[in-house]
Amino acid sequence: MMRLRAWLVRFAGLRPAARRERELADEIESHLQLHIDDNLRAGMRPEQARRDAILKLGGVEPTKEAYRDRSTIPFLENLLRDTRFAIRQLRKNPGFTSTAVLVLGLGICASVAIFAFVDATLIKPLPYRDPARLVGLFETVQLCPQCPLSYPDYLDWKRLNKVFTAADAFQTDGLTLRTGKGAEMVGGAQVTAGFFKTLGVAPLLGRDFLTGEDSPAAPRTVLLSYSAWQKRYAGNAAVLGQTVTLNGDPHTIIGVLPQDFHFAVTGPAEFWTALHTNTNSCLQQRGCHSLSGIARLRDGVSIRTADANIKLIAGELEKQYPSNRGQGGSVMALTEIVIGRIRPILIVLLCGAGLLLLIASVNVTSLVLVRAESRRREMAVRSALGGSRARLVSQFVTEGVVLVAAAAAFGLVAARWLMQLLISLIGADQMAGMPFLVGLGLNFRVFAFAGAVSAASAALVSIAPAWRSFLPDLREGLAEGSRGSAGTTWRRFGANLVVLELATAVVLLVGAGLLGKSFYRLLHVDMGMQPDHLATLRIAEPDSIRDNNPKVVALAREVMNRIAGLPGVESVAISSLLPVRGGNTMWIRVIGHPFHGEHNEVGYRQVSSGYFTTLRARLLHGRYFTEADDASKPPVVIIDRALAEKYFPGEDPVGKRIAYPGASSPPMEVVGIVDDIKEGALDETTWPTMYVAFNQDPDDHFSLVARTSKAEQALLPTLAAAIHGIDPGISTYEQRTMNDRINNTPAAYLRRCSAWLVGGFAVLALLLGAAGLYGVIAYSVSQRTREIGVRIALGAQRSSVYRLILTEAGWLIVAGIIIGLVCSVAAATLIRGLLFGVRSWDVPTLAAVAAVLGASALLASFIPARRAASVDPVDALRAE
Amino acid sequence: MHDKADVWQGTLALMVLKTIETMGSLHGYGIARRIEQTSGNLLSLNYGTLYPALLKLEQEGSIASEWGVSENNRKAKFYKLTRRGRQQLAKEARDWRQATAILARFLSPSGDAA
Repeated sequence: MMRLRAWLVRFAGLRPAARRERELADEIESHLQLHIDDNLRAGMRPEQARRDAILKLGGVEPTKEAYRDRSTIPFLENLLRDTRFAIRQLRKNPGFTSTAVLVLGLGICASVAIFAFVDATLIKPLPYRDPARLVGLFETVQLCPQCPLSYPDYLDWKRLNKVFTAADAFQTDGLTLRTGKGAEMVGGAQVTAGFFKTLGVAPLLGRDFLTGEDSPAAPRTVLLSYSAWQKRYAGNAAVLGQTVTLNGDPHTIIGVLPQDFHFAVTGPAEFWTALHTNTNSCLQQRGCHSLSGIARLRDGVSIRTADANIKLIAGELEKQYPSNRGQGGSVMALTEIVIGRIRPILIVLLCGAGLLLLIASVNVTSLVLVRAESRRREMAVRSALGGSRARLVSQFVTEGVVLVAAAAAFGLVAARWLMQLLISLIGADQMAGMPFLVGLGLNFRVFAFAGAVSAASAALVSIAPAWRSFLPDLREGLAEGSRGSAGTTWRRFGANLVVLELATAVVLLVGAGLLGKSFYRLLHVDMGMQPDHLATLRIAEPDSIRDNNPKVVALAREVMNRIAGLPGVESVAISSLLPVRGGNTMWIRVIGHPFHGEHNEVGYRQVSSGYFTTLRARLLHGRYFTEADDASKPPVVIIDRALAEKYFPGEDPVGKRIAYPGASSPPMEVVGIVDDIKEGALDETTWPTMYVAFNQDPDDHFSLVARTSKAEQALLPTLAAAIHGIDPGISTYEQRTMNDRINNTPAAYLRRCSAWLVGGFAVLALLLGAAGLYGVIAYSVSQRTREIGVRIALGAQRSSVYRLILTEAGWLIVAGIIIGLVCSVAAATLIRGLLFGVRSWDVPTLAAVAAVLGASALLASFIPARRAASVDPVDALRAE
Repeated sequence: MHDKADVWQGTLALMVLKTIETMGSLHGYGIARRIEQTSGNLLSLNYGTLYPALLKLEQEGSIASEWGVSENNRKAKFYKLTRRGRQQLAKEARDWRQATAILARFLSPSGDAA
């Protein structure tokens, strides 16, 4: 208790107190006076009396020193003094300080911002109860390892499995919402009744679906997402029990989902309805696959065990039902489904940011070392005056820590800004698939990470000069003009740092180059069409004509006529689905070929007669559809080159017929072959695809594509307005240009983001590396001024001085490039999965990087070389 | 914080407290002289060590100080015991007596150390 009080008083004593100091002096003086008075009385002479008093005291200064140590806490006192001194030192050198803080701050900013993404994506758990026990269920076929389930298969899996405590199914489907202003397309998901219980999510308001609420006869009910509740009902609690019309059917609102709930697989669905099998004929067929499955693992069951069990069940079903032929099953962790795709990119980016921080720290270290070098005399003097090694080292450490603290503060502010910038660059579409990023921000984990990287770079920045100060005997620093051995030691150390920096810059540049080239290759794959000047949007018909084929065809025709009349539109067409997004498939058989019930799965599109000409696809053989190919004519089909090669090897398909096995519909005659169009992902090989005439086989939801001679972006709002002019009940959504669609496919988007970010890191790394090299060479030149002066005085040519300096730099550059290239080939193997159309040892990229880095590095060393060559020998020698 | 000087300061603190208790209010020099006299000049005190000890006692709240005028009209800082200081003195004096008594038993020729 008393000791604590004493500590508190001493802690308070840290405040610089002139008054205390004066009082102490007064007290000692009064002590001496009293003693001197006594001594005088005892008969001493005045000088002797004073001398004796001081002697008995044990010296005035030592007494004061002991008193001061007692009055504060010496360690903290020193720390404060060091900190104050460090701040003064740093303020005295604004150039050095701002450079160091800027460079380090950028490094910290990049790594903290990227870490925040890593945290939001990979570290922060999904907002469900025990999310690690949740899995996704898929059926597998040869072409598609993670395909949707059919409802009857889902029921059998749920009934027969021995590994799940619960299994549920869901599907995502846009819903038409009837509002006061007409129809609107909204995000919707249909789930089985146990879905939210399986996730472990309870509604914020109202109730969850009850068991059996998904039966065909049950009354229609709906749960609102939090954002829908806020946006459409202003967060009013009285919303429960209200009715909302979705797809033409009234639904009762029974609950509101929590604010932090998100489910990336469905995208941002606003309305969550129960899955009623009678709303959709697909749900009644074992061969129609439209559902995703989730399940919760039993305690102690691993994903591998669950996967084996599901494969066993799928095998049983395969024997039992002909439609299940070739259908396997697979179980995958839900987290893997949600973030599996983005994980490698985040790791690459985090590594890139980490390398950048390393370069920044190394650069600042080398700056600090150069400064420490110029302060050798100061250190030597302080050491000679009795400064212990520990005190000198603690001075360096304090300066390093102060520097890094300033950089960290700057870095955190910049990171916050960078995060907002990156989020705004992501775009609404991508955000919909990554709802977990909404929680992005500076939370305590991000702060902890920032603290850790700052501590690491503080260690590097402060320990190197501290360690350096131990190398030679400090007293050497006092000797006039001594710079021989010490200068060389530092030069060697600094040179090693620069090689490390250059090598790291090479790795980042090569990474950026390879990713950029992949992105370029990806955008330049042959898409089988001309994507420029195409405006697209998707259309859902009014509820009134749902499933009424003649009316759908008439409406589609009306829409196309209306759009074709718009100014600037050259041609217009519709398709059930647009390119580069994958989608519907069908099983086919070729009439006249042997068939044993195998599943010949091909892509399937319903397109209008002008579709191929609008896309500017290439007709290989036969003809396109015409408006005459309608329901009154025998069905016709156009196939792509991949389908022709796979199912008609060595024969001319035109005139042959294909059919849907098991279906009653008549066979279709192949009338044309079109060159492959990229219907699926850009980085995958094209699936065989068949195109049928929309007029013969229409779809309720379809997409419109218009070619314009003007800017396609400007056409988009006009398109939607024209369509609503036909019937306000039609909903339009996803208004994009074709190029936007291509750019925003996951394959292109992920590579574009990583190429840009790694590219940004690489440019910074290049700048920092060149600056580091400049620093080392400039320092070397300044140390060798006398030597160069002597050389010139002895008749050396300026050119030979250039050669001398540039050779020194050249070795560092070559070493950096070679080490960097070796490391980048290794690093590129790690990002193989992100590369497309380039190998990890792509020679042009490696050569270009070596050339760029070599040129910038030579430029950086040319400046000090010029300074060396212009040394005036007289000045150089006189300066010593 | 516990090094060799502390042990010395421990006994020094006790002597200081006792001296102030006996003398009432007293300045640093007076305390030093008084300790020497009391010890029968057996103890040679380096006066300078007194001041950190006084500061420590003051920080702990055992003594309080104020400026005053000495008997021969010199300005000086006077120390006096606080209530807490009296308690501390009583306790430490008891502890010390006990410690010396125990040691005395060990050291007395008739004592049985085994």
